[in-house]
Amino acid sequence: MTWDWSYAGDLVGPLLGGLRLTIAATALGYVLALALGLVWAILRRSPNVVLNQAVRWVIEFIRSTPLLVQLVFLFYALPTTGIQFSAFWTGVIGLGVHYSTYISEVYRAGIENVPRGQWEACTALNLPRSRVWFAVVLPQAIRKVIPTLGNYLIALFKDSPLLLVITVPEVMRVAYTEGGKSGFLEPFTVTAALFVIVSVLSSILIRRLEGRYAII
Amino acid sequence: MPSSDTMSEVPTPEDPQGAPMDKTAADGALPHGSTPGIRFEKVVKRFGDNIVLRELNFTVAPGERVTLIGPSGSGKTTILRLLMTLEKLDDGVIWIGDRPLWHMPRGDGLAPANEKHLHEMRKQVGMVFQQFNLFPNMNVLRNLIEGPVRVLGLSKDEAVERARELLDMVGLVDKIDAHPTQLSGGQQQRVAIARALAMQPKVLLLDEVTSALDPELVVGVQDLLRDIARASDLTLLCVTHEMHFAKDISDRVLMFDKGQIVEEGPPEQIFGEPTEQRTRDFLQAILAT
Ligand SMILES: Nc1ncnc2c1ncn2[C@@H]1O[C@H](COP(=O)(O)OP(=O)(O)OP(=O)(O)O)[C@@H](O)[C@H]1O
Ligand SMILES: [Mg+2]
Repeated sequence: MTWDWSYAGDLVGPLLGGLRLTIAATALGYVLALALGLVWAILRRSPNVVLNQAVRWVIEFIRSTPLLVQLVFLFYALPTTGIQFSAFWTGVIGLGVHYSTYISEVYRAGIENVPRGQWEACTALNLPRSRVWFAVVLPQAIRKVIPTLGNYLIALFKDSPLLLVITVPEVMRVAYTEGGKSGFLEPFTVTAALFVIVSVLSSILIRRLEGRYAII
Repeated sequence: MPSSDTMSEVPTPEDPQGAPMDKTAADGALPHGSTPGIRFEKVVKRFGDNIVLRELNFTVAPGERVTLIGPSGSGKTTILRLLMTLEKLDDGVIWIGDRPLWHMPRGDGLAPANEKHLHEMRKQVGMVFQQFNLFPNMNVLRNLIEGPVRVLGLSKDEAVERARELLDMVGLVDKIDAHPTQLSGGQQQRVAIARALAMQPKVLLLDEVTSALDPELVVGVQDLLRDIARASDLTLLCVTHEMHFAKDISDRVLMFDKGQIVEEGPPEQIFGEPTEQRTRDFLQAILAT
């Protein structure tokens, strides 16, 4: 088997089409993970023991089951209960929910790193709960964990090919389909290259963002 | 509102006898108006098995300025933190004016306070911390207006105007856009003082506010606080190891040991001719350092 440049060249178009979907699913999944992770992190600090233990076990459960199993469950099992999303949105939800459990831990570490004196100053100023979180604690907590959050973006991106099993025509599924017609070497190699390019570009972007927000 | 029934059993703080309270240099930026006194009634505070305050009683008159001294671990910080609601009360009652801080009147007795009550009561109290605790993610101005806008409901313009007045008073108007990290310790503490005053507290708590400062910055902050104390009618509770500052700022000194008051009196008496051996030992120890 030899490398066929013209075949590889012809693949770039369709693969880039798939890549767009990969990136869209990654971006949306990540936004969901950031938002839901925040909800988990805040609930985990609730003084209500029942609530915060319940959240703890939900997180533990989601984190200790494979993403692949979750995706397949969401796509093939959940619809039997009447809840159904398109393949794409199932993928976004699967990625987002799964990664929210990791990201909540990142927030948690960041929040724990905010000195106690900051909370106490908030009490002394009588600030309402919402301002304590959104004006004081989270801005300080998140600034410190931006690099880790960035790493999870890339990790999520690299997990996105799992969406191929739930029929999302993302880049990996395109490569798989095309490969079935004329050989797998070129499509999978080009796909790998695309992943490398996007990952490297994102890392650079994240480092820049870090630099921008590192002042504190 | 507390019923007058429940309140009638409560002795109101007496007036301090002969407390020097010249309020001549009144400054517009400083809080004025009816000031509540403070009363600790059989206050108990434990940390696990460690009973830090054991049925502590004491009274601070409205507008009185009191310094707490005593050896490390004697419970001075704990007293201030209870007043700021940073620690929970285990037993007894703390009165601020005629209202209990940690309780709400219920029937003939008192029930534990809810968050709303604490929120109301905290409006009267302000605190300046040893470590300043400015918000590093906000500039000086935002540090000063966050509370007034979000808690007191001032308009942004009013809050900014008041922030300017206060910064003027503490000598830092030119730092209004600076971030806390760009300020010296002394400057940060001045901003923290301004931030506490911006909330218009009636009671101000100072916990070793100069002990984290470089020696050359201490006097400036102390002088500022002395001027504020003299020009306002704040009820002041101050913890410090600096005798001359305590003399400057207070009408009365309470000497604590193991969560109990060992001796009290005007600063001249406590520092000049203490009667208790434990006070003498303590003063000797701080002079030696
Ligand atoms: N959060 C806490 N958990 C457990 N024990 C505590 C806590 N805070 C204070 N203590 C204990 O309570 C006692 C009184 O402490 P406190 O800080 O009030 O003393 P202090 O008089 O302010 O001492 P210092 O002069 O060293 O500041 C000490 O024995 C201390 O170890
Ligand atoms: Mg202390």
